[in-house]
Amino acid sequence: MTTLAHAQSDESQFGVAAAIVWAAAHDLRVAMRSRSELAVQILFYVIVVSLFPLAASPDRALLAALGPGVLWVAALLASLLSLPRLFAADFADGTLEQIALSPYPLQALVGGKIIAHWLCTGLPVAVLAPLLGLQYGLDGDVLAIVTLSLLIGTPLLSLLGAIGAALTLGARGGSSLLALLILPLCVPVLIFGAGAADAVRAGLSPSPNFSLLAAGLLIALVGAPFATAAAIRVALD
Amino acid sequence: MSFYFFSSPATFFPLARPIAIVFAWLAALCAIAGLWIGFVVAPADAQQGEAYRIIFIHVPAAWMSMFIYVVMAFWSIVALTYNTRLSAMLAQALAPTGAWMTFIALFTGSMWGRPTWGTYWAWDARMTSELILLFLYFGVIALRNAIDDPRRADRACSLLTIVGAVNIPIIYFSVQWWNTLHQGASVSLTAAPRMAMIMLTGMLVMTFAAWFYSIAVALLRLRAIILERERGSAWITGLARA
Amino acid sequence: MTDFLAMGGYGFYVWSAYGVTALAIVLEIVSVRARARAAARLTGNTGDSR
Repeated sequence: MTTLAHAQSDESQFGVAAAIVWAAAHDLRVAMRSRSELAVQILFYVIVVSLFPLAASPDRALLAALGPGVLWVAALLASLLSLPRLFAADFADGTLEQIALSPYPLQALVGGKIIAHWLCTGLPVAVLAPLLGLQYGLDGDVLAIVTLSLLIGTPLLSLLGAIGAALTLGARGGSSLLALLILPLCVPVLIFGAGAADAVRAGLSPSPNFSLLAAGLLIALVGAPFATAAAIRVALD
Repeated sequence: MSFYFFSSPATFFPLARPIAIVFAWLAALCAIAGLWIGFVVAPADAQQGEAYRIIFIHVPAAWMSMFIYVVMAFWSIVALTYNTRLSAMLAQALAPTGAWMTFIALFTGSMWGRPTWGTYWAWDARMTSELILLFLYFGVIALRNAIDDPRRADRACSLLTIVGAVNIPIIYFSVQWWNTLHQGASVSLTAAPRMAMIMLTGMLVMTFAAWFYSIAVALLRLRAIILERERGSAWITGLARA
Repeated sequence: MTDFLAMGGYGFYVWSAYGVTALAIVLEIVSVRARARAAARLTGNTGDSR
């Protein structure tokens, strides 16, 4: 892990920032080696969003009402699909154990991995959302609000999902178990995220939604890496 | 003999049985008393007629479903902090009972909703939160079954329970917020009817019945779990030989 | 008696609720006792030192 040694900063020997940067860069490098896997996950998002009008009806009013909710649920599902990739591969080949043994704080290393996960899954989803929202006939301002809510919400989904991914390491049941554990916890994110666009459609202000989402994100930024690190140590024992 | 004498599976095991029996009898007595109050003493409700009598099981079950989760979370914190087995086993024993209580609350709530508000399921705050609570219970039980090593399962489930416990107020708040937004300021679907003292008394007695029942069943399950998990140890093989 | 069963016309709802509750309780008790019996058989004793 020579690159990790180079990442040591001057002030603190095993700094949090260095750990985060290293872990994020490492995971991004690994992810870029299998770009097609990332593309498939984003394609999954696109396809799921396109399925709802086919299954329900192409009625414009119905689609406009459903649109933000569908974009959000699909984002949640796409995040769920990519979560096992976060720790499972490293767990299987022993890299995770080495990461846990490093003198750098595990919470920071986990935080870096979550950032990489969001950059590969959440950010593309949020960027694609306005384009897909056009399929639902959403107005420009609604599209902007949906995109903004996804930009704040998808990191939250990655953070909460990481806890579930760590808890299910080495457990039978795979991604279905992960979904069962994570989805109830993501309900508030879904409600406030999709609710922002609904508020704008109803002519109300979306700021309470955004305030709550942002508050949730700040709390999760601190809390989720801690819970995830604890779960990883449980899995490694 | 210090308080901590009973904190090992071996010492608590024989104690659990008489405690469970006592609470089982208490539960039966409270249930008889509560049902007597609920069906014989309490009059019909002015607005809901006889249909309101469902609250004598719906509300106790709902309260127990939430209370049991809090107790599970408490023992999970103890298990993680002190690395004890018995507290983790107790949390493991409580989860199915909590899930049953949640199911009863959901079913009876649905049966109550149909005659009074016209629908088996309305996405109101309390019922939706109760549904999510059922998913949380299922998650803890599923994780327990998915991990083979019992001590690893203890720690993972304790973590999950605690994360869930932190989330429950947030979930409830978000669902309630969502519901008021889409409901409008009209009638709250789960507002309890204005209750006479006698109805409240009946509900309280039934809550005690539910509580004592949960204790009895959970302790009985705990005994089974202790035997399953400690079967190699000397105190059990000693019992077998005796 | 029929009045009691009819529950003012709401008999179906009231008795379904109580019936399913009773069923759930019975199911839970039966499953726990089965689990306790299986565990006792597993360890080769009734579980108590009597």
